[in-house]
Formats: sequence, C-alpha cells, structure tokens
Amino acid sequence: MLIAGCMVTLVGCSSGRTTANALTLSGSTSVSPFAEHLGELYQKQHAGIAINVQSLGSSAGIQAAIQGVAEIGMSSRDLKTEESAKLDQLVIARDALAVVVHPSNQVSNLTQQQVKDIFAGKIVNWREVGGDDARITLVAREAGSGTFAAFEELVLKGIPVTHAALRQGSNGAIRQVVAEDAHAIGYISLGIVDASVRALAIDSIQPTQLEVIAGHYKFVRKFLFVWTKGKPPGTLAQAFIDYVMSEDGQAEFEKLGLIRAS
Amino acid sequence: MKERLIQAVLFICGLFAVVALALITVFIFQAGAPLVARIGLADFLFNANWDPTAKKPSFGIFAMLVGSIWLTAGALLIGVPLGLAVTVFMTDLAPVRLVTIMRPAIQLLAGIPSVIYGFIGLTLLAPLVRRLFGGPGLSVLTGAIVLGVMILPTVISISEDSIRAVPVALRQGALALGATRWQMLSRIVLPAAKSGIVASVILGMGRALGETMAVIMMIGNSLNLPGSVLDAATTLTSNIGLEMAYASGQHREALFATGVVLFVLIMALNSITNAFVKRNRSGRRA
Repeated sequence: MLIAGCMVTLVGCSSGRTTANALTLSGSTSVSPFAEHLGELYQKQHAGIAINVQSLGSSAGIQAAIQGVAEIGMSSRDLKTEESAKLDQLVIARDALAVVVHPSNQVSNLTQQQVKDIFAGKIVNWREVGGDDARITLVAREAGSGTFAAFEELVLKGIPVTHAALRQGSNGAIRQVVAEDAHAIGYISLGIVDASVRALAIDSIQPTQLEVIAGHYKFVRKFLFVWTKGKPPGTLAQAFIDYVMSEDGQAEFEKLGLIRAS
Repeated sequence: MKERLIQAVLFICGLFAVVALALITVFIFQAGAPLVARIGLADFLFNANWDPTAKKPSFGIFAMLVGSIWLTAGALLIGVPLGLAVTVFMTDLAPVRLVTIMRPAIQLLAGIPSVIYGFIGLTLLAPLVRRLFGGPGLSVLTGAIVLGVMILPTVISISEDSIRAVPVALRQGALALGATRWQMLSRIVLPAAKSGIVASVILGMGRALGETMAVIMMIGNSLNLPGSVLDAATTLTSNIGLEMAYASGQHREALFATGVVLFVLIMALNSITNAFVKRNRSGRRA
C-alpha cells in the first residue's frame, strides 16, 4: 500500500513536470543543429525549462510526432500525403543545398544539367566538365534522409542517384569525405559549408543567402516543424514555436546560414 | 532450503537469457518476414537493385550480401595468417617474459571500441589507400585491413588454447625424429590443433560479419557490386545501421528482413563452431 502510494505521487509529480517545463523535438539531422542552437538560447532566457532535441532523421521525427512521442517533429523533406493527413506543419526556415567539392578542384561552376548527369552517373570524369583528368568520387546521402529526398526532387527531378555513389549518414560526414578527397563531389546544407570544402556556383549563380532570397539560386528546401493534427501544441511548445518564428529567432537562423521562412 | 532458493533464483536468471533470445528472434522475424513473403526470398536475396524510397521501390540485398562476403573474406585473409603466426610464436617460440606482455596487449586490442577502429581507418588508412592505389580510399581493402586487426584477439585467444593443448610428447617426438622446428609446427602441431583453429576462424568470421560501426565509417557504403577491392561497397550490417533511422513503412520492413538474413548467417556460423569445439573436446578426452 505504502509503496503503491509513493509510486502514484512520484508518477503524478514527474509527468506534471514533463508537460510543464520540458519540451521534446525529434527529427531531421539537418534541422537538429539549428533547433538545438535556438533551444539553448531559449533556455538561457527562461530558467528552469529543458528543451531536448533528438537528432534521428526526418522520417523518425514525423513518426514521433504522429505517435505523440515528441511534441514537435522536425522534417527537412515535404510530408507524404498520408503523413500530412495526420499532421499540421509550419515552415520555420529555408535551407539551400550547396554542391561542394575539394578546395583544390579547378571547377567552380556547373550547369544544373551537369550536376544532374554527374549524380546520375552519366558524367564520370572531371575532364568532361572542364576539370582535371580524374574519376569523380560521388558522395551522397542514404535513402530515406530528408537531404537525399530534397536533392532527388530539386536537382535530379526523379532520376535516381547512381549506385556507384558513396553514401554517408550526415551532412557533416559528407563534408569530411569531400574535404579529404581531391576528386570528390557532394551535397550539403549551405549552413554547414566551411573552409574545408568549396561550394560550386550553379548556372553561374553562387549559393549565397542573397541569391536564395532573390530567387535566383534554385536548390532550396523547407525546414518544417510538425505536430499532431487538430491537437494544438502545449503551452511550452507554442511558446517555443513563437520564439522560433519571432524576429529574434529568424535573425538567428540567418546568422547560421539559413534563410528566413518567408 | 536456502540452497533450493538460490538454485531457483539462478535458474530464473538463466531462463532470462533464453527468453531474451526468443523474444529477439520472434521480433525480427515478425518485422522482416512479411516483406520477404511478399516479394519472394529469391528476389530479396539475388536482386542487386536496392531503391527503397523510389516511386517503384526495389528491395534486393544482393550487393550487400556480396559486400559482406568480400569484406569478411578479406578480413580473414589478413587476420587469420597474422593471428596464427602470432599464436604459434606465443606458444612455441617466444620467451615466457615476452608472452606475459603480449597476451594482455592482444586482449586490450579487443577492448578498443569499434568506432575508434573506424576512425583510424577513415582518417589514416583511407587517405593512404587512395594515394597508393587510387580509387575513393573508402573501400573494401581499407575495411578488410582494419577488420583483420579487429578479429585478431578472437583468432589468437581461441587458437592459442587449442595449440597449447597439443601434448608436449608430440612435439618432442617430432624433434627427436629429426624434424626441424618448422616441420614440427607445420606438420604436427597445427594439424593436431586443427579443430580449435577452425573454430577460431569461424568465430572471427562471425565477428567480421557482424561489425557495423567501423564498417560504415570505412567502406564508403556505395550500392554497387564491388568490381575490385579498391571499390566502395555496402554490407548487410552497415546498410541497416546507415538507413534505419530514416526508414519507414516497407523500407523499415526490408531492413528488418536484412537483419533476419544476418541472424540466420550468424546462427549457422555459431552452430558450426559449436560442432567443431565439441569434436575437439571429445577428441582430447579420448
């Protein structure tokens, strides 16, 4: 009896705490670092609040939101029809996909068609696009990843990536492989491009925030927050969403290399 | 009374391991078998086209099966001769003082987390392979070299037991008949310890086949059938590890089905090992 009583109080107490002071976001490995950064800023401003960001992948985040395991799911790909029937969605930011090569690569510009042919396996040597006589090492993401889906949709327009491509599990891993291989080419979020790799211009348009906002650079995808349809997010979830969409939050995204939601 | 109680507690603990195994078996078969039943076992195993998220998805794991076989064979080619040489050196040639240093060092090798092995393969070995032989560097060769080192502790510790168990009389008899040391080792000692050595190789094979993290980092994970050891490839384990986080629906089922194939392979290897070890023991008693 005593033990049972204790457990009831404990359970009651702890479950009360999770809903009031802790928020769980789960999903895309591309969105996670940015959500985590804003989460930290938000926690600094609001003492006693815990924001947990789980970096599991878009599909896992969408599943978590549908099942109610996480209050907010994060996705870097568009929802499928059966998913959007169960979820409400909000575009929190936009992200450009940059095509990156080793800094020593002679090539600095590719046409959209050339990028397509390279990843489809039709162009296999850098010589064919004005570079050195060397085999191209392709580095792509694995099937199911939001970045993979966005790249197939935006760049390849339905043509599958050749099976010869190396596959890596995150933007960071692709960046590392490209940074070490002089003949590699890969695609990563513009926000995490750094000096170890060089982003290529596409059809002579540099992948910069300005060019994206102006609508010139085309490889742009949306970052989404999703939650169960018809069930408004809890107070804390709503407060965090408001913060992310506020001028402060959007400016912070911009500083990190993303593009404002609208 | 007290003894009975402890016996019962221990029995329940023992049962727990068996129940856990049964639950795992039921779970992965339940999650993976429906897809295999739908598309057919032959198509699942021998189709080399893996396009799980395409509009018309295709689930064929042949490329990964081949990748696993290549990588495991490569690891054994490197790890087994090296391991046996080290073992024979430790049992028959090295001074005792050296052995007391070598043995813990080799055991330590087993304690290094596989992600560290993968990291070394990725940052040191892959660039070296790329510079020396060309290709992307992340390749079957890179993976096989590192996996070869990773299976050393398994190969050495098990084959050492069986080589030490070869009676001294056999060694002395061979030498007394005028055999050189090399003849004694290669014609008498190693054949006498054969079943233990085979068991160590099969266990090493299981270890290489099951390794995931290090392999993801080193092998490049391309879905092509590897044409040479300098090509990238994907294994059964690395594909599950790479794609599971993002998979949903049929794609997820297909990964579980890959797990079933892996499970059956490892079970088969373990059963063969057990058979060999049993034969070894009964042989020694006789």
